[in-house]
Amino acid sequence: MTTVHVTDLVKDYSIRSGLRRRRLRAVDHVSLDLVPGRTVALVGESGSGKSTIAKILTRMEKPTSGTVEVALDDGTPVRGPMYLRQVQMVFQDPFASLNPFHSIEHHIARPLLIHERTRTAAQTHERVLEMLERVNLTPAETIAPRRPHELSGGQRQRVAIARALAPGAQVLIADEPVSMLDVSIRLGVLNLLGRLQREDRLAVLYITHDLATARHFSDEIVVLYRGRVVERGPADAVILDPHHDYTKLLAQAAPDPERGPERVTAEAVIDRDAIDNSVCYDHFLGEWVQAGTPAARGARAGRAGQPA
Amino acid sequence: MTNVTAQTQPAAAELTGPAAEPDGPGTRARPGWRSLLPTMTPWLAIGLGLVIVITLFGILGPLLVGDPQRIRDQGLTGPSAQFWLGTTQTGQDVFAQLAFATRGSLEIGAIVGVIATALSGFFGIYGAYRGGVVDEAFSLFSNVALVIPGLPLIIVISGFVPRESRGLWTIALVLAVTSWAASARVLRAQTLSVRHRDYVAASRASGEKPWRVIVVEILPNLLPVIASQFVFAVIAAILGEAGLAFIGLGASNSSTLGTMLFYAQNGFALSLGAWWWFVPPGLMIALFGMGLSLINFSIDEIINPKLKNLRRHRRLAKRAARLERELTRRGAAQEADR
Repeated sequence: MTTVHVTDLVKDYSIRSGLRRRRLRAVDHVSLDLVPGRTVALVGESGSGKSTIAKILTRMEKPTSGTVEVALDDGTPVRGPMYLRQVQMVFQDPFASLNPFHSIEHHIARPLLIHERTRTAAQTHERVLEMLERVNLTPAETIAPRRPHELSGGQRQRVAIARALAPGAQVLIADEPVSMLDVSIRLGVLNLLGRLQREDRLAVLYITHDLATARHFSDEIVVLYRGRVVERGPADAVILDPHHDYTKLLAQAAPDPERGPERVTAEAVIDRDAIDNSVCYDHFLGEWVQAGTPAARGARAGRAGQPA
Repeated sequence: MTNVTAQTQPAAAELTGPAAEPDGPGTRARPGWRSLLPTMTPWLAIGLGLVIVITLFGILGPLLVGDPQRIRDQGLTGPSAQFWLGTTQTGQDVFAQLAFATRGSLEIGAIVGVIATALSGFFGIYGAYRGGVVDEAFSLFSNVALVIPGLPLIIVISGFVPRESRGLWTIALVLAVTSWAASARVLRAQTLSVRHRDYVAASRASGEKPWRVIVVEILPNLLPVIASQFVFAVIAAILGEAGLAFIGLGASNSSTLGTMLFYAQNGFALSLGAWWWFVPPGLMIALFGMGLSLINFSIDEIINPKLKNLRRHRRLAKRAARLERELTRRGAAQEADR
């Protein structure tokens, strides 16, 4: 069981155009907690900073400021090489995240060996088959020697999930894990993630722009707009009772058969340019708070223990 | 060339995807390296045949022939049963010389190929993977190396190094140092494209060490490019060495096809009509170069599967046309029966 506290994460990119340099703040004081057995959905449009947060959490990027604290159940902080054993990521595009040159077995065996989960070749092979069976890739014996191009998108994403879990990760960052998949197999992959989460009591950060799946597969929703958190709260509360203009826009953008042709006009109701990302509605506190500023310590303490 | 390979990359991914689908489930997986082998075509067979035969000749020939330097009093005789390719002005056995010269040229080619490929791999792949200042520095360095005019530099260096110490390795090193830069630029471009793929990020996220990411995750995807560059470096080195030797700046301690041509030229082989003296080394260079080029074309097909598909489609079209002809013929025959 592992808990992640993200506090006041800031990430600046410097953009060079000619001789001038410009600073772009991709993530602006984002704080969130990942707790075992619970899923936090990070919702927002492209460029809102979702993937940057994922990259920082998996240590592919260094934050400009802010902290990511990972602690085991007994409170021991997780540092150094132990970090990647605890926090792993499932990438968005299963067609790009597996090396076309290597077999499926290689992809799962490497994390096992890097993190010394297995030592002998036979042990590793056995464990790889076990992992494949866990993600419903059966018969594992025939899947393992295959190469990525011989599998379908859904199968590949299952392999990616198995790879992420191979080091024994307790925290899973799923960066739009189903957005590249056929609609017909999305549910299967999401259900698999849900089952694995229940079995291992994983803490999951589910990054998506799809509010419908966010509502069904997560306990808490954090809405991100232009790098800032503009609304957060229990999944149902955020979806059914959106307060912030941007969340309303997102909710309206989701297809709703009952609303009929009216939804086409939704865009017009809320002026995108007028959306203000300096305020954030916190459903846990039940009030508006300032966005893009250091988080108040008190608010966090109250939130972590709150049931969904 | 940089542009071409960069552009064909997405096309390659697009084409291998659906094309590979039908034989996907059910068949046993082929290991990764199998996909790197070019398909056997008549051209590849000819290329491989030429290269293998010439290489064997270079390796085994010198063991079987006599002393190539021995001077006899039968100067300038044409091919005969005793001397298969005749003799030189001083009565040396041309066939024996050819065997040793082939070995010398192949040695130069292999040494230069390995060194140039290693240099281009280091500066191209490592620089691009590290990025930042290292990449900038390596890139600048290979750009500088790229604009150094090769042949004049070689002539200057060869002229500077005294003849006694101008051995095979000196020439090989000079050739390698002047020929790696273009390949390094291509490899850099390719690495930059591969480096940002998700699977590289994923392997880094699972805690893979940088050298393993380069060698195990990135390098295999560059192998076709590297192989083709190696083959090209070998051709260029053999030709370059022949050119140098021909103008009298070759290695002093070993005989190559170039030095053979140099002596033939000095012995007025052309004006004396002694074709057996200069044609064999010239032909040997041409055939070896041709063989390697044919292999290179086949490697190109792996980098750019479009070429392969073109061939497949042409074959399918031919088969379809044949079937159609067959059907019309049968139809006509049935018509006639009735």
